[in-house]
Amino acid sequence: MAVSSPSFRRTSSHSPGKVLLTSLIHMPWTWRIMLGYLLVMLIMPVTAMLLRAATVGPAEFWRIATSPLALSTYDVTFTTSLIAALIDGVFGVLIAWVLVRYDFPLKRFIDASIDLPFALPTAVAGLTLATVYSNNGWIGSLLAPLGIKIAFTRLGVGIAMMFISLPFVVRTVQPVLMQMEREIEEAAWSLGASPLQTFWRVILPPLFPAILTGVALGFSRAVGEYGSTVIISSNTPFRDLIAPILIFQRLEQYDYAGATVIGAVLLLISLVMLLIINFIQAWGKQYD
Amino acid sequence: MTSNGVESLRQVAPSYGTKAPRRSWVPVVLIAIALAFLGLVLYIPAINVFYQAFHEGIGPFLKNLSKPDFQHAVKMTVLLAAIAVPMNIIFGLAAAFALAHKRFRGRTLLLSIIDLPFAISPVVAGLMIVLLYGRQGWFGGWLQANNIKIVFAFTGMMLATAFVSMPFVAREVIPVLEEEGTSQEEAAHTLGANAWQTFWRVTVPNIRWGLLYGILLTNARAMGEFGAVSVVSGNIAGKTQSLPLFVEEAYKSYDTAAAYSASVLLALLAVVTLVVKEFLERRTAARTRRTH
Repeated sequence: MAVSSPSFRRTSSHSPGKVLLTSLIHMPWTWRIMLGYLLVMLIMPVTAMLLRAATVGPAEFWRIATSPLALSTYDVTFTTSLIAALIDGVFGVLIAWVLVRYDFPLKRFIDASIDLPFALPTAVAGLTLATVYSNNGWIGSLLAPLGIKIAFTRLGVGIAMMFISLPFVVRTVQPVLMQMEREIEEAAWSLGASPLQTFWRVILPPLFPAILTGVALGFSRAVGEYGSTVIISSNTPFRDLIAPILIFQRLEQYDYAGATVIGAVLLLISLVMLLIINFIQAWGKQYD
Repeated sequence: MTSNGVESLRQVAPSYGTKAPRRSWVPVVLIAIALAFLGLVLYIPAINVFYQAFHEGIGPFLKNLSKPDFQHAVKMTVLLAAIAVPMNIIFGLAAAFALAHKRFRGRTLLLSIIDLPFAISPVVAGLMIVLLYGRQGWFGGWLQANNIKIVFAFTGMMLATAFVSMPFVAREVIPVLEEEGTSQEEAAHTLGANAWQTFWRVTVPNIRWGLLYGILLTNARAMGEFGAVSVVSGNIAGKTQSLPLFVEEAYKSYDTAAAYSASVLLALLAVVTLVVKEFLERRTAARTRRTH
C-alpha cells in the first residue's frame, strides 16, 4: 500500500483519460476499500433518499416542504440554531481567549472539559439539561418565579443547541489565537490605542474567519441535532417542534413521502452549509 | 516555553500605557464570565447526572444495573461499537493511505465526501437506511424474500452507528501521514522489507497516536449515538435497545432513576474518553516538539 504508492503516482503524468483508465485497472486495494465502503455506506443511502424524494413529484414535494407545519419547524430549527450558535460565538471566543491568555487554577481541567459535549452522548445531555432547567431543577427553579420556563419550551431547545455546539467555536478559535503574536497588540497599545480599540482593530479582524467557521460549524450541528433536543423539547407542533423530530414523527406514522421530503430539505441545507464553511475556510487562509 | 526576556518585557509593558491599572481586574472579570457560562451550560448539568444517580445512595443505582433490559442495552451498545469501530478503522486507514500522499483533481471533493456524515443530521442518516433496507426500500423486496431483517434489527442499528462515526479515523490519520511523508517507508522497502513488514514496523508506529485518537472518537460516537440508531431500531426493550435509547425510554416512562443510572455509565464513558484524549494530545504535542 504505502510501498506501492510511488508507482501509482507516476501514472499522473499522462493524459487525464488514460490516467483514469490505468488507475481503474491498477487501483490499489486501499482505493478499492475506500471507494467500496463509501459507495455502500454513504453514496447509496444518499442516492436512495434523493431518488425517493424525486419520485414524490415537484408539486407534491413543494406542498409537503412548504406545509404550515413544516415551515414552522424550519423556523424553530433554524432561528433557534442561529441564535444558539451566535451566543456560543460570543462566549466561545471569550472562553478561548481566557484559556489562551490567562493562567488560573484548574485551567487544564477546564480546557479538557470543553470537549465534553463531543464525548457525552446526546441523550444524556438532553436528560440532564431537561432536569436542571425544569421548573424544579437546580437552575430552572431560580428562573421559574420570574415566569421564565426553559425546559419543554423553545428556550430549552436553544440551551441544548448551545451545549452541543460550544466546542466547535472554542476549538476553531483557540489555535488561531495561540498563533497570534502578542507583540502586535502591545505595539497597538503602546502607540496609544485603548484596550477596546486594540480588541476591535487588532485582535478581532484576524480571528474573524475562525469565529465565522466555528459559528457555522456549530449552527450546522445544531440544525441536525436530535438526541438532546427531543428530550428537552415538549415537541408541540408550531411551538418547539424541530425539523429532525418532525421527520421522526412522519416515519413513525409510516408517512415515508413526508419524512423523505423534509429529510431532503435538511440534507440540501447541510450541503449548502458545508459549501459555505469550506468557502469561509478558504477565505480565512488569505490571512495566513 | 517563552524566553525570560519576553516574559519580563510583558510584565513591564503595562506601565507604558496610561490605563495600566485596568488590566489587573479585566482578566478576573473575563475568567469569571467564562466560568459562569461554562457552569450553566456544562458543569452544573454534568454534576447533576451523578447527583441524580447517587443522591439516594448507591442502592437504587445497583438495583437498576441488575435489570435485564438494562443489561441487554449495555450488551447491545458494546456489540454495536465492537463491530462499527473496526469497520471504520479499516475504512479510515484505507482512505488515509489512499489519499495522504497523493495530489490529484477531485481530492478535496473526496475529502469533503468522507466528511459528509458529520454534516448530515443523524435522523436523516437513519431515514436513508430505512429507505434503502426498509420494507418499501430498494432492497426491501429482496431482503424480505430471503428473510433478512435489517431495519428494526441489529444490522440496521450497526449500519447507522457506522455511518455517523465514519470520518473520525480518516480525519485523524491523514494529517499525520501527510506530515510523516513516505521516505521512511521507501527506505524500509529499499532495505528489503515487504509491504506487510513495512506497514507493521514503520507505518503503524508512526501513526499510532493519531490512529488511537481517531479510534477513541469513533468509539465515543458509536456508543453514544442516539438519533440515527433510534430511527432504525424500532426501540424494542430487551431486543433492539442500546444504552442511549434505554435512557430516553426510561425517562419518557417516568423511570428517572433508571434513566440516570444508565446515564452515569455513559457519562463515565465520556470522562474516560476525555482523559485518554488529553493523554493522547500531550503525547502528540511532545512528539511534534521533539521533531521540530
